[in-house]
Amino acid sequence: MSDRRHAPATPGAAPGHPAKPGPAPPTGVNRIGLSRADYDGSKTTLCPGCGHNAITGGIIQAAFDAGLEPHRVAKLSGIGCSSKTPAYFLGRSHGFNAVHGRMPSIATGVHLANRELLLIGVSGDGDTASIGLGQFCHLVRRNVPVVYIVENNGVYGLTKGQFSATADVGSTMKGGQVNDLQPIDLCAIAIELGCGFVARSFSGDQKQLRPLLQAAFAHRGTAVLDVISPCVTFADHEGSTKSYAAVKEHDAPLHDIEFVPYYEDIHVDYEPGTTREVEMPDGSHIVLKKLAADFDPTSREAAFGAIHEAAGEGKLVTGLLYVNEKKVAFSQELALPERALASLTLDQVRPRREVLDRIMEQLRTGKGLAAASGGG
Amino acid sequence: MKTLVNDFSIHVATVNGSGSQTANSVLLRAIFQMGIPVSGKNLFPSNIAGLPTWFTIRVSRDGYVARRKRNDILVVMNPETAAEDIAAMPPGSMIIVNEQIKVPEIAPDRIVYRVPMPKLMEPITTDVRLRRLVVNMIYVGVLAEKLGIHEDEIERALDAQLGKKPKALALNHAAVRAGWEFARTSLPKNDRFTLERMNANQGKILIEGNTAAALGAMFGGVTVVTWYPITPSSSLVESLIGYLGQHRRDPETGAASYAVVQAEDEIAAIGMVLGAGWAGARAMTSTSGPGISLMAEFAGYGYYAEIPAVIWDIQRIGPSTGLPTRTSQADVAFVHGLSHGDTRHPVLLPSSVRDCYDFGMRAFDLAERLQTPVFVLSDLDLGMNLWTSDPFPYPDQPWDRGKVLGDDELAKLQKFERYRDVDADGIPWRTLPGTKDPKGTYFTRGSGHDEAARYTESPEIYQRVMERLARKMETAKSLVPAPVVTEDTGAKIGLIAYGSTHWAMVEARDTLRAAGLPSGYLLLKALPFNDDLVRFARRYDRLYVVEQNRDGQMADLIRLALGDLAPRVRSVRHFDGMPVDAVAISAPILELEGIPNPAAVAEGAIR
Repeated sequence: MSDRRHAPATPGAAPGHPAKPGPAPPTGVNRIGLSRADYDGSKTTLCPGCGHNAITGGIIQAAFDAGLEPHRVAKLSGIGCSSKTPAYFLGRSHGFNAVHGRMPSIATGVHLANRELLLIGVSGDGDTASIGLGQFCHLVRRNVPVVYIVENNGVYGLTKGQFSATADVGSTMKGGQVNDLQPIDLCAIAIELGCGFVARSFSGDQKQLRPLLQAAFAHRGTAVLDVISPCVTFADHEGSTKSYAAVKEHDAPLHDIEFVPYYEDIHVDYEPGTTREVEMPDGSHIVLKKLAADFDPTSREAAFGAIHEAAGEGKLVTGLLYVNEKKVAFSQELALPERALASLTLDQVRPRREVLDRIMEQLRTGKGLAAASGGG
Repeated sequence: MKTLVNDFSIHVATVNGSGSQTANSVLLRAIFQMGIPVSGKNLFPSNIAGLPTWFTIRVSRDGYVARRKRNDILVVMNPETAAEDIAAMPPGSMIIVNEQIKVPEIAPDRIVYRVPMPKLMEPITTDVRLRRLVVNMIYVGVLAEKLGIHEDEIERALDAQLGKKPKALALNHAAVRAGWEFARTSLPKNDRFTLERMNANQGKILIEGNTAAALGAMFGGVTVVTWYPITPSSSLVESLIGYLGQHRRDPETGAASYAVVQAEDEIAAIGMVLGAGWAGARAMTSTSGPGISLMAEFAGYGYYAEIPAVIWDIQRIGPSTGLPTRTSQADVAFVHGLSHGDTRHPVLLPSSVRDCYDFGMRAFDLAERLQTPVFVLSDLDLGMNLWTSDPFPYPDQPWDRGKVLGDDELAKLQKFERYRDVDADGIPWRTLPGTKDPKGTYFTRGSGHDEAARYTESPEIYQRVMERLARKMETAKSLVPAPVVTEDTGAKIGLIAYGSTHWAMVEARDTLRAAGLPSGYLLLKALPFNDDLVRFARRYDRLYVVEQNRDGQMADLIRLALGDLAPRVRSVRHFDGMPVDAVAISAPILELEGIPNPAAVAEGAIR
């Protein structure tokens, strides 16, 4: 099809974001006049101290900071502890808790029906790396605009502590069993499949997580955030590579991250050569402050290198691993109109009477019909 | 022997991938243009090239379009099956043999026309590949000459097929001519078959059920289509892609008022449909048995979380991979209750291409009105074969989007609860994501929920919600298409069928009537049953449920629905993968009714 990419990229604000930011807000509310509490959900039912609760808090704060319009956000999840969390944030947004491992297909359908929504998906390592690995891969491959957060703890919490497919080699279960199987690195897979926004973070590092979330909200394709989120009940013991202690000890951030919304000036007080800036399609910026070594987040090779090197050293590399804002979004591939398909009226989707008459004439005479189909 | 006018079957035995499809289409269309009732059935292998395939054209002045077991004319183009094909032909039949093919001795009471096809092709083209493809047109010419198809009709049919390719047209035309001339000069007519013009096809169209379904979906306003390729369903979506591309794109901007996604599997296909339906799009997918099996979990989600979805199942033979290119009605019980737990789905049962078109639209209205997945059960015979029909009418109704509350309606409400049965019909109101009023927000889940969509494990609430869902299915009974009842006077037996079986039923009822056995007939159009079924059952001593599966699945569903009347139900089943024929219905019924019928038995004997 020659006109596949005919539809232009959406200009202006990203889905879910206000078209025009209001004036600088008074204390306690954001630019669209909502308080942080307006982004809360119902009370969490997860274990006290669960890493997922911290991520929920990060999402609430980032959504508040970004001034997201709750009704233009849809929350999605699969099955598992992590997938329960969309009930605990953005109570003023519609939510969809799907079946196990199949959130990506639901998200794809929601996007097809209403591309004006910002989709926030929350999944776990079992939901994504095991039962849902296929759908995850295809979501990324299609570049469906979803902020896809994996709350990764290496175990199945809700079924009481079995290993998941992201458990590291040598990590132990609470009862002492050792995992000998190679872990699946979701970030490496996402980059391999062409994902345009891939980050890894830690639930205990809000300073890093929040700007990453805000940047992901501004991204126009699939954004994958693999957030290590310790399970306090089944994986916080000595021997678990995803315990709080182990993650804190091995966390190796690539950079310090700051997110600058499009309506704010980028700080200019950084020393030259100490930062890298990534401009998002809406004009906002991610500012990456160099730490020990320079890291180029626009290089796939650098990302693979960092992931593999860290794995070899038993470290956990965190930060913005890869970003590419030039990827064609799925809505463009499909030449979708700017408006949501769900909002089209009958006269926009039912061809006129003459069209049916013409088709009937083709079927009567056999003229102008496509070749008969085969089978097998 | 008696001359047979407009009442016989032509069986063309070829190899698939040999180009015979064009030849057979030309033949079928030429007869159609002569105004004679005609139908074609493609019996093809699950293979791309090199395996035996048959195309049967039935002409019937009485208008019968079901498959008939007995063939009267055979065209031998496949050496592999020649001996078997010839052995199946009855005395008085006509056999056209490509002389190149070695065939066993044929009994003298069969009329044999030997045609030197390779020799006739020699002057037409030197291209060996083209010769192999176009040689099929030789038998078209021979048949046309022998049966009395006017050359103009062949030309028109050829032109319709190949009009845009002048070189191919000329070549095919030359081959038809060569066959024609050879038949005229070298094959004196001593068969008994002839075609005479009728006026049965005035204004009619020829269409496959899958194409009809695609048209229904397009005019029904579909916006999201997902699929995973599978025979015999693929042509539905491929046809839809073709039509949507032509008629649902903005000519100025190229923007599409639809999205079609080829999913990674059928689980994703139905997942996308549910996501899109939840967000307010008219979404559908089409598949066949193996895909249905994969969709089971999501189907239950759609039922419990109450999300509109349309799922077409073009049934093929199971279990498992089964026979992918053979027809069946064996998914009905599975689909009706697809998923674990107490799940029930409305199932539409199209029996004609017109139904496929109508239900292509109506399934969306029902899914959105009932807020639940609606399945449409077609089959390979209906979906992939060409059927004659009156042209489809333009929809005279707007669409029904069901109970959706927008911001304006929400503003007038004190509160909104997603699963509250406020109208006492079991159907709650819903809102769509994007609704601004915070009252309208809710959280959809497949886990236990109360009327406000909140998570709950309360036994009372769980049961209450499930009972309301059962009430919703009660409401569905009055909304789904009603059965069609026709009754002979003096009938003691009632017949019940659904789907593509209908066409053999029409013919079988004529046979029964001729044998002194009038009948009532109820053609089911949907599940759940409405009260028409019980009323019909009360009027007859014995009820014969006819279907194309081994276990009598619909008969069982009917027994459950009939309660006390259940012992009246008898099951007639046909399940070899070939479209059911009338004898397969009339013979067992006559036998069970104790009525001898030599004619039906005789025809049935030539299996």
